[in-house]
Amino acid sequence: MHTKTISQLSAALRSGEVSSVELTTLFLDRIKQHNPALNCFISITEAQALEAAAVADQRLTAGNGAPLTGVPIAHKDIFCTQGVKTTCGSRMLDNFIAPYESTCTARFRDAGAVMLGKTNMDEFAMGSSNETSYYGAVKNPWDQGRVPGGSSGGSVSAVAARLAPAATGTDTGGSIRQPAALCGLTGLKPTYGRVSRFGMIAFASSLDQAGPVTYSAEDAALMMNVMAGFDERDSTSVEREVPDYSANLDNGIEGLKIGLPKEYFGEGLDDSIARVIDAAVKEYEALGAVVKEISLPNTGLAVPIYYVVAPAECSTNLSRFDGVRFGHRCDDPQDLFDLYTRSRGEGFGAEVKRRIMIGTYVLSAGYYDAYYLKAQKIRRLISEDFRAAFEKVDVIMGPTTPSTAFKLGEKADDPVTMYLSDIYTIAVNMAGLPAASIPAGFVDGLPVGLQVIGNYFDESRLLNVAHKYQQATDWHLQLPKEFQ
Amino acid sequence: MSVDQSDITKVALLARLKIDEADIPQYVDNLSNILGLVEQMSEVNTDDVVPMAHPLDAAQRLRADEVTETDQRDSFQALAPEVESGLYLVPKVIE
Repeated sequence: MHTKTISQLSAALRSGEVSSVELTTLFLDRIKQHNPALNCFISITEAQALEAAAVADQRLTAGNGAPLTGVPIAHKDIFCTQGVKTTCGSRMLDNFIAPYESTCTARFRDAGAVMLGKTNMDEFAMGSSNETSYYGAVKNPWDQGRVPGGSSGGSVSAVAARLAPAATGTDTGGSIRQPAALCGLTGLKPTYGRVSRFGMIAFASSLDQAGPVTYSAEDAALMMNVMAGFDERDSTSVEREVPDYSANLDNGIEGLKIGLPKEYFGEGLDDSIARVIDAAVKEYEALGAVVKEISLPNTGLAVPIYYVVAPAECSTNLSRFDGVRFGHRCDDPQDLFDLYTRSRGEGFGAEVKRRIMIGTYVLSAGYYDAYYLKAQKIRRLISEDFRAAFEKVDVIMGPTTPSTAFKLGEKADDPVTMYLSDIYTIAVNMAGLPAASIPAGFVDGLPVGLQVIGNYFDESRLLNVAHKYQQATDWHLQLPKEFQ
Repeated sequence: MSVDQSDITKVALLARLKIDEADIPQYVDNLSNILGLVEQMSEVNTDDVVPMAHPLDAAQRLRADEVTETDQRDSFQALAPEVESGLYLVPKVIE
């Protein structure tokens, strides 16, 4: 039962083949068995989960269940969950019991989904390896000596090891797609504004977006049907009709125009990854798609401007952690300045402090135009590249990551090398576009992800394109040996 | 672009972050490297480019100026390190 997709679990719950309490108990047992090794959960919410499962079972028996009613899922610990510890992977929030519920998790709760627990993550979502968490590194179920990717590393590791059948994540520069690629899962970052950010602890507000981590595109559609939608409590939420993401999954893709950006296949891409991506593209051609080479000339600038925009916004957002109203406070503060600086110095880890420092530097007097404004201008150039490309093609494809999962500790001491592991994912956040990563093969036993980028609000098409590939291949159904 | 020790001390002060003396050289290295990466921006001509603040160029949504939040002072203050009579306490700031 633990290897089933949420689409299958949903059917099994409706037919009465299994109850939500049984399913929830099964996954809680798996978490207890494997979490000590993988470290993918920060909190396991067993009591609440069993209670919610019992309520879901009543709802199912009464015949008024929604598609996800009774389905256990995990939430990234960046979403505020009322009455439950919400840490964002930081010592700063180690004592924080969220006093309210994020819109995203509330939607899942209202749909009857059962929260198993809160997943580990890079501190404040800043990282690409899940090594910056105050709660320790998360391990990749495919090779426990390697990173799962980040920042949604706990969500992805949990789903890959079948400790949860699906999870939520967030993506600011690749934090859903990169770990999904490194752990062999389907991850979708929706269009900016599609999923509410209310109650999702802010990192870089103009880039952050929540999305699903699942086995299949079909499952991602079920998750999106719950997550997506306008929320008046998020000032950047987009007021626009939400389609039924499951409706077009089976549409044919004959004549689909796929653009391959030449900049995504150049220097820096591991040859073995390039071969996997080429094979995936050939599979699409066999399904009737037409492939064109395109150019996104400003691709190389995405990482440099990200490290202006994201730190600038993070230094601003994280100024709220001051040791006064909530979060960590240092012992025996001598005066207010000492309280601020020591609370923040102790509460934040090295990577978060580094980004606050960069952000403060680029926003400091006299530097705003040279850094933040300049970056916002280049951000427009990157968006224009995509706009021009989508006049010629329907979707853009390429690798999600330049290499497979790297070893724990391999890049931890070199921030710039770590940052460059997000080279193919960051531009999408800069433009605010939707993109998915889907499993496309293996290199030396490690999963490889194919990235599919769509035009604004074209999530339905992305899921359709991903689903057709998953009907023709079985990469997404592969399981790491120890977790079968 | 590289930064020196005095830049680090100044930025840490602005950011209200206590940084150990011993860690300053590492901050100098890390921040100089990151700013080196960022420096690639200067090669791009952006004279006539309008800065992009929102991916969809959406305008800020407005609403009527009405009270929509309920009073949750007690539940919020339950999370605070130190409160008294509904007030947040900090070290004395006025002699």
